Amino acid sequence: MNWRIWALQKSPWVYHVNAGACNNCDIEVLELLTPRFDVERFGITLVGSPRHADALLVSGICTRQIAPRLQDLYAQTPKPCVVFCIGTCACARGIFHDSYHAAAGPVDEVIRAVDPAATILYIPGCPPKPEAMILGVVKALRALA
Amino acid sequence: MAQALGIFVAGTLGTMVLGLLSKWFDRKLTARVQYRVGPPLLQPFYDILKLLGKETLVPADARRSGFLLAPLVGLSATAVAAGILWASAVNPAGAFVGDLIVLLYVLTLPSLSLVVGGSASGNPFGAVGASREIKLLIAYELPLITAIVTALVHAEAWSFRLADLAAHQAAHGPIAASLSGALALLVSLFCIQAKLGLVPFDTAEADTELMGGVLVEYSGPPLALIHLFRAMLLAVLPMLLITVFLGGIRLSWPGILGTLLAYLLILVFVVLLRNTNPRLRIDQAVKFFWLLLFPIAMLALILALAGY
Repeated sequence: MNWRIWALQKSPWVYHVNAGACNNCDIEVLELLTPRFDVERFGITLVGSPRHADALLVSGICTRQIAPRLQDLYAQTPKPCVVFCIGTCACARGIFHDSYHAAAGPVDEVIRAVDPAATILYIPGCPPKPEAMILGVVKALRALA
Repeated sequence: MAQALGIFVAGTLGTMVLGLLSKWFDRKLTARVQYRVGPPLLQPFYDILKLLGKETLVPADARRSGFLLAPLVGLSATAVAAGILWASAVNPAGAFVGDLIVLLYVLTLPSLSLVVGGSASGNPFGAVGASREIKLLIAYELPLITAIVTALVHAEAWSFRLADLAAHQAAHGPIAASLSGALALLVSLFCIQAKLGLVPFDTAEADTELMGGVLVEYSGPPLALIHLFRAMLLAVLPMLLITVFLGGIRLSWPGILGTLLAYLLILVFVVLLRNTNPRLRIDQAVKFFWLLLFPIAMLALILALAGY
């Protein structure tokens, strides 16, 4: 296995992007850092800058306003990196499907517009349980190898 | 010459390992304080390895040379500081006169390199972080140097050699055992907390406010170097305090236990201070160092001159 990917699996740092979410998924993301789940056991830490991140946790439907910013954020994240679509909105827009303020596509299409080869993972749920997010991260890290 | 070079290389590598282990100790103890399990032992090593394998991004409006050179300057300065400390511990006879002065100068370079890197990054958060870092440097250097001069007064000969300080303490007991020595040690503990950029003096980084401040635009290998020299400082600064105040670094059998105990105690103090305090505003930090700690350090100096 490539040593870069091996080291990435051992210490994925995540940056949290709210792309127009109702805050429910965001609260569940923060839950991961609490004593009950404590993802620092696996080396996962929340960082404040996309330049430090290895994974973008995107929640929300990706509104028209945030779409170019999301593409910027993806460009600012050093590769190799992974994008997680957290929640039904980020995966498939959920109940906001036909809203007037949505971008041309959901999160994955917006990111594939700048990088067709991006690694994107989907964690559905409204909001997804913290256990589901941990499972998603584990699967993503396995998929990278 | 070959021996000095050998001590320098071994000291640098040893300090890297010791520093990363101390970083783990910091994160683990922090996690235990918060009733979490915490990261595995090798986590800081994985972090550095991962960052070394990532892409280096340079922002479009950054000064490329300054931005990329700053982490190297910080790392080499920290390595030189580690080399001086280890050289005086391993081979006291070979240490040069004035190594304490060189050490204090060299130890300001990591902060200054971050100032250069932060201002070269072209990011407003980086600029604010750099301005705060330099204010913090001005604030804590004065009490720190006064406290170390207090130790020199104890050593009588006024010799600016770390080895002479250690020899004096081997003969007369640690300097921290006296009243003025204890006060000076207390002052320097707060100063190294600021030098390490840890809460309550992490105003230059302030993840929740400046998103990493001076570090905000760094990615990949340069960020790895910054994390590496930060971790090394976590080993170098406690070692400096042990050399100056707590009996010197002893590497022979029963003495090494005392040195290790002192190292762990300083580390626990640093971590607990970081976990039990909120971040100070930059003006509060400057006031804390100049109006509270500096008078205490001066008092310690006067007491030391009076023989206490």
